[in-house]
Amino acid sequence: MATADIHVPGAAAHHEEHHEHEHSQSFVSKYIFSTDHKMIAKQFLITGIFWALIGGFLSILFRLQLGFPDMDLEWLRPLLGGWITPQGKLDPEFYLALVTMHGTIMVFFVLTAGLSGTFSNFLIPLQIGARDMASGFMNMLSYWLFFLSGIIMFISLFLSTGPAGGGWTIYPPLSALPQAISGSGAGMTLWLVAMVFFIASSLLGSINYIATVINMRTKGMSFTRLPLTIWAFFLTAVIGVLSFPVLFAAALLLVFDRSFGTSFYLSEIYIGGEALPNVGGSPVLFQHLFWFLGHPEVYIVLLPALGITSEVVATNSRKPIFGYRAMIGSMMGITVLSFVVWAHHMFVSGMNPFLGSIFMFLTLIIAVPSAVKVFNYLTTLWRGNIVFTPAMLFSIGLVSFFISGGITGIFLGNSALDIQLHDTYFVVAHFHLVMGSASFFGMMAGIYHWFPKMFGRMMDAKLGYLHFWLTFVGVYLVFFPMHYIGIAGFPRRYYSWTNFDAFSDFLDLNTFVSVAAIVTFGSQLIFLFNFFYSMFRGRRTVANPWRSNTLEWTTPIEPGHGNWPGEIPTVYRWPYDYSKPGAKEDFIAQDVPFSHTPESNLDIENEMMEWEKEEGVIAVNESK
Amino acid sequence: MSTTSAVNVSAKRGIWYGGNEPLKASYGKLMMWFFLLSDAFTFSGLLVAYGFIRFSAPAYEGAVHDFAASIEHWPIPEMVFNAVPFLHGVHLPLVFVGIMTFILILSSVTMVLAVEAGHRMDRKAVEKWMLWTIIGGLTFLGCQAWEWTHFIVGTDDGLTLANGVKIFGANLHINEYGPAAFADLFFFITGFHGFHVLSGIVINFIIFYNVVVGTYERRGHYEMVEKVGLYWHFVDLVWVFVFTFFYLI
Repeated sequence: MATADIHVPGAAAHHEEHHEHEHSQSFVSKYIFSTDHKMIAKQFLITGIFWALIGGFLSILFRLQLGFPDMDLEWLRPLLGGWITPQGKLDPEFYLALVTMHGTIMVFFVLTAGLSGTFSNFLIPLQIGARDMASGFMNMLSYWLFFLSGIIMFISLFLSTGPAGGGWTIYPPLSALPQAISGSGAGMTLWLVAMVFFIASSLLGSINYIATVINMRTKGMSFTRLPLTIWAFFLTAVIGVLSFPVLFAAALLLVFDRSFGTSFYLSEIYIGGEALPNVGGSPVLFQHLFWFLGHPEVYIVLLPALGITSEVVATNSRKPIFGYRAMIGSMMGITVLSFVVWAHHMFVSGMNPFLGSIFMFLTLIIAVPSAVKVFNYLTTLWRGNIVFTPAMLFSIGLVSFFISGGITGIFLGNSALDIQLHDTYFVVAHFHLVMGSASFFGMMAGIYHWFPKMFGRMMDAKLGYLHFWLTFVGVYLVFFPMHYIGIAGFPRRYYSWTNFDAFSDFLDLNTFVSVAAIVTFGSQLIFLFNFFYSMFRGRRTVANPWRSNTLEWTTPIEPGHGNWPGEIPTVYRWPYDYSKPGAKEDFIAQDVPFSHTPESNLDIENEMMEWEKEEGVIAVNESK
Repeated sequence: MSTTSAVNVSAKRGIWYGGNEPLKASYGKLMMWFFLLSDAFTFSGLLVAYGFIRFSAPAYEGAVHDFAASIEHWPIPEMVFNAVPFLHGVHLPLVFVGIMTFILILSSVTMVLAVEAGHRMDRKAVEKWMLWTIIGGLTFLGCQAWEWTHFIVGTDDGLTLANGVKIFGANLHINEYGPAAFADLFFFITGFHGFHVLSGIVINFIIFYNVVVGTYERRGHYEMVEKVGLYWHFVDLVWVFVFTFFYLI
């Protein structure tokens, strides 16, 4: 299908110019301090993968403790040094630091920056038809603030008092008092400093994404023609802009409590029988402020993955996404609701039960838009000509985790049940499925799907299938047994439970989980090999390997700075014209005018041809 | 490819069909708006924290004129903030902070005039009004410095604690006016706002410099003045809330 003859004339007045400076770029300005959104996306991706490996490895360390409490860990001494006790065991405080850093790294560095940073940066300009982000400089700054934040967090891993150990939710007074645990010393300070830079990075990124989506869409790209990926990234950025500043406020107050002797979160505390001078503060205040970010953060992590899945599922089912507008509506619903449910994390904080029932009610409403999304994925798959690419498998895996983890969310949203299940492994199982694994699978789907656009080469599909099946089965083997352990009452964040007879029975189940976790983590090496090998040696891709509709596939195989060598294509239709009855092929790209496809137009689309004529599109007869 | 047609997007499609700026605002202005929205949430978080702590502290129950400071109850603001420079010992509740607020609002007015002069491309007028805005901001900060100093140094009489120790003024640990949290919140929130004013002054000065050397005249528009104007008005608006929370309620 010819696409060269459908550009709209008169675009010289278009507000951005194409800067032809690829040739003069030095190594530093091309690969390090790059302002090209595609390079920044790759920087976020590689950094995200680096952090995912660290975060995953930390989880393996504490799974060893949980699954094999009697194991002699002396062989880890070269790596962990003093954190292995003379008895050859993991230091209990280091165990707490491990779970804290695993959570922090995975939630913020991998699934926020690694996921949103990568794909928002990469896809927003390419899919809306823009040369670059609104501000390339701010985009670069966003990455380097994230990098700086990462350096600080990384350094905190090597402190002699250990990294932060108060849990990724850093509840005071535990996190506020260095006397409480060693992890609340310098490690906690570095954690807070790192998060301040992270929040600044996230803010710079988010306002850039929002401004780009509003102002830089190419001609014809209305909001109702945006791919669902862009909708998801847009709403994610909105959530980020509104929720991270509250964490910023909370973290600053905590910094003052820790370092300057204020008592915002501290009141009437005795340590070693001696009273601290702090009175008047409230630790519950921190919980409110934290979860006002913390809950929207779940959707910051999840929405991009859902957006990627929408795109991948529709493309590879060769069907329009079912309920495009319902998908947008449900994402908007999730965005709004995400801000009014935070206190469901606090049912056991001594909150008024009446308030608890309000938050319970609001929480359960989220099941509605979530179910809309799930059913729309299933109905898109239904009777589609499904192409099982690795990206498609990961997307289907996401839908599976979203269902199985979402259902336990309905359990936990009920305050009566939550009071029983709070802080048990049931909660761990729930959010690792619905937020952790689902988002991770969305990220993987995105990588496999857009790898050809990123590097001009294909990833190996067979290794992709192997990676998928090992990970998919592995994730269920890890997290499904945790539901039982949790219902049995086993609390999370406990170093050891073998002192309690009631829990000894679950040792074999925990051993099983640990073995599954090690195998699953190990199978990520397949992905790593595939990723880096394909980057240099992979099969070269064609322009549109997945036969997809969206604009990024109209760019050259390896787009330069500015994305399109000529004019930016104009958009004439929504992105989901797959298998349209009467059409010559089973996909019609977004930049094909209706006047070029009279054979498949609906009545209303024939009317749109009138508008296209006004815009200067030359109609092509059917025999072209 | 023909270049004869001047029509880009059909008028029937409306402004949201891409290829333009639907809100008639440049991306920079949009970014400023969203940044301010974000910053508004930071301040909301802090003011919520203020409310949370304040309403869990015991309130003063007696009549206003009998008020005596104690770390047992939250003070009445007008009995704390009643000093004015050069008028030592005179009870002038909220007069000084009222003057401060008035100065800050006035600097917003001069900022509006600067933006308006920018629309007319009147460089001299932009220079003049930007300068007044900067002076207004500096005056506000100076007033705040005096207010803080007075708060830190304390009253002549101080407060006698139950164990007979006399304390004067307030810092992050002790506070002669009321519970320690009162001073903590006062320093933190007005300090955080003051930091915003300070960064506003620095930015305003950079813009003023650019106006003076003619950067915007060469660029053909004074949009940067508008953007910092948005920030300045926001800082002003936040002060209204801070003022309400700390001094009026």
